[in-house]
Amino acid sequence: MNFDMGAYGVYIWPAYGVSALAIIGAIVWTLVAWRRAKAKLAVLEKTPRGTAAPSK
Amino acid sequence: MTSRTSKPRHEMNFLFRYANPHEFMRLSGAVLPFFAIATALCLAIGLYLGFSVPPDYQQGTTVTLMFIHVPADIVAMMVYGVIAVCSLLSLVWRHPLSDTAARAAAPFGALFTALGLITGALWGKPMWGTYWVWDARLTSFLLLLFLYFGYMALWNAIEDETRAARACAILALVGAVNIPIIHFSVNWWSTLHQGESIMSGKIAPVFLAPLFLMMLGYVLLFLTLWMVRIRTAILERRARNLMQQAAA
Repeated sequence: MNFDMGAYGVYIWPAYGVSALAIIGAIVWTLVAWRRAKAKLAVLEKTPRGTAAPSK
Repeated sequence: MTSRTSKPRHEMNFLFRYANPHEFMRLSGAVLPFFAIATALCLAIGLYLGFSVPPDYQQGTTVTLMFIHVPADIVAMMVYGVIAVCSLLSLVWRHPLSDTAARAAAPFGALFTALGLITGALWGKPMWGTYWVWDARLTSFLLLLFLYFGYMALWNAIEDETRAARACAILALVGAVNIPIIHFSVNWWSTLHQGESIMSGKIAPVFLAPLFLMMLGYVLLFLTLWMVRIRTAILERRARNLMQQAAA
């Protein structure tokens, strides 16, 4: 592998940096939203048992 | 399961079967780990090969920008195609999951479009001498970014979900005219952007393997994240329904 980009490094590395940050950010954002939705649903599915009308 | 009263739509049977949120959760849950692993493998090997290529005889080391620029552009356009197809399914066949799927894809489309524009600008400066030029390819691609923004804004602007879905589907289909414009812009108008070079064999073979792996990696990355977003939206809807039931 060769990481010596010469004079063009000033254009190449920022492009790779921005892409990596954006992709990692998208993964984190997606997973956080998934976990949050799952946790919220779990709470809601638990609560009605005690409070809601008895099932028929 | 009890049999349906209405006759199933034969030609759409497959699509409708997996459009059932329950079925989608089961199936996507099963395939997600494989998609995630395949994404990581493609990107890792693609990057390894990408940083092992010799400099291009014209573009020097900036050819390594191709491995992140072209995949971002292709996925940016592919996502719009996905949204347009989902919108059509929603408008014409009232496909139950397609609105959710279309809405879930949009942020990723915007992200990859932005990445295409940024990496393109950073490639343009050393090769063309400018970050930006108002030519057909670049301008139509910027329009794609605004289409994504408009699409997402419209979803948030209309409170009633059925009406929002209808309006967004129409916007997405009208905007779809931009996709062939982007693709053919380099042929139709004289632009600074180079013409199509993959299918026409103008790329040296040594660059093709990392390019295809990175393209596959980006596509798989989108599909993986998209599935998780749809799953999230299904859970959120279930939670909303439960809250409405509790309030009633």
